[in-house]
Amino acid sequence: MHQFMIEPMFGSANWELAGFNIAFTNSALWMLIAAVALWAFVLGGLKRELVPGRWQMAVEVFTGFIDDMLEANIGKAGKKYVPYIFSLFMFILFANLLGLIPLPLAMAGLHAFTFTSHFTITGVLAIMTFAIVLIIGFAKHGLHFFSLFVPHGTPVPMIPLIFVIELISFLFRPFSLGLRLFVAMMAGHVLLEVLASFVIDSSNAGAVWGLAIGAPAFVLMLAICALEILVAGIQAYVFALLTSLYINDAENLH
Amino acid sequence: MDPEAAKLVGAGLAAIGAGMAAIGVGNVFGSFLESALRNPGAADGQQGRLFIGFAAAELLGLLAFVVAMILIFVA
Repeated sequence: MHQFMIEPMFGSANWELAGFNIAFTNSALWMLIAAVALWAFVLGGLKRELVPGRWQMAVEVFTGFIDDMLEANIGKAGKKYVPYIFSLFMFILFANLLGLIPLPLAMAGLHAFTFTSHFTITGVLAIMTFAIVLIIGFAKHGLHFFSLFVPHGTPVPMIPLIFVIELISFLFRPFSLGLRLFVAMMAGHVLLEVLASFVIDSSNAGAVWGLAIGAPAFVLMLAICALEILVAGIQAYVFALLTSLYINDAENLH
Repeated sequence: MDPEAAKLVGAGLAAIGAGMAAIGVGNVFGSFLESALRNPGAADGQQGRLFIGFAAAELLGLLAFVVAMILIFVA
């Protein structure tokens, strides 16, 4: 499907570094747009006014939200992870929402690209989280970190079995984390495309078909668009929430 | 059966998993709402757990979707 195609832009198709193609793709472009939009959004709230205006209030709602989430899940030690979780949450949120914008220039080949609908990107985000968990866990607890895989009060004969199961579930975390975001975004966009094709194909078949199938499909598409905005928020929240839970495991070991 | 046809049938069967995940997600939110209406004071404190349950139930449905995609495009 065309909306998921990664294409080099601005004639950068042949850029190379050590034998690897490093073309500036539309994916990279939208990552840059999301990062710049996020930067501009936060910059507008950094005035530190005593009585916050609307913009500062909007930024503070988000930072306060992440702050509360880490306080509730990790406790006092969660404070130092606010910058990471905040960046992660806002970057994913901006990416998901920007990817939903129907640009009026679609005919000219310019259309919004949802880079969170690619496992390469969500996978890297998940690996970052997983790496932080491993680094914090081993730096803070050393080899004692492995006690994470043996819950308190496990009967001794059960320990080898539980250890293996917990280890597998621990190692599966980065996959499930990245997979969830990627599939949720991709499935939503595929659904929208299928509904859009109903509208276009039925309208092409004549006015009767257009009214009988195209019109209800269009209404459904609008409703699904609203649902996708909700999903964009929920998936960003779930990613941040699970990241904070995993960091809690590393920080506090159960 | 023709392997190509079997792939498509398998992908269709994987959609059952998506429906099952719908039951799971509905169950998570339904149970939450039911108990939240009984004790609204405690509801806000449980939102994190609500979304953990949602994420766990949803993941399995998304895995069914991945299985369907792999059957159609990769296998």
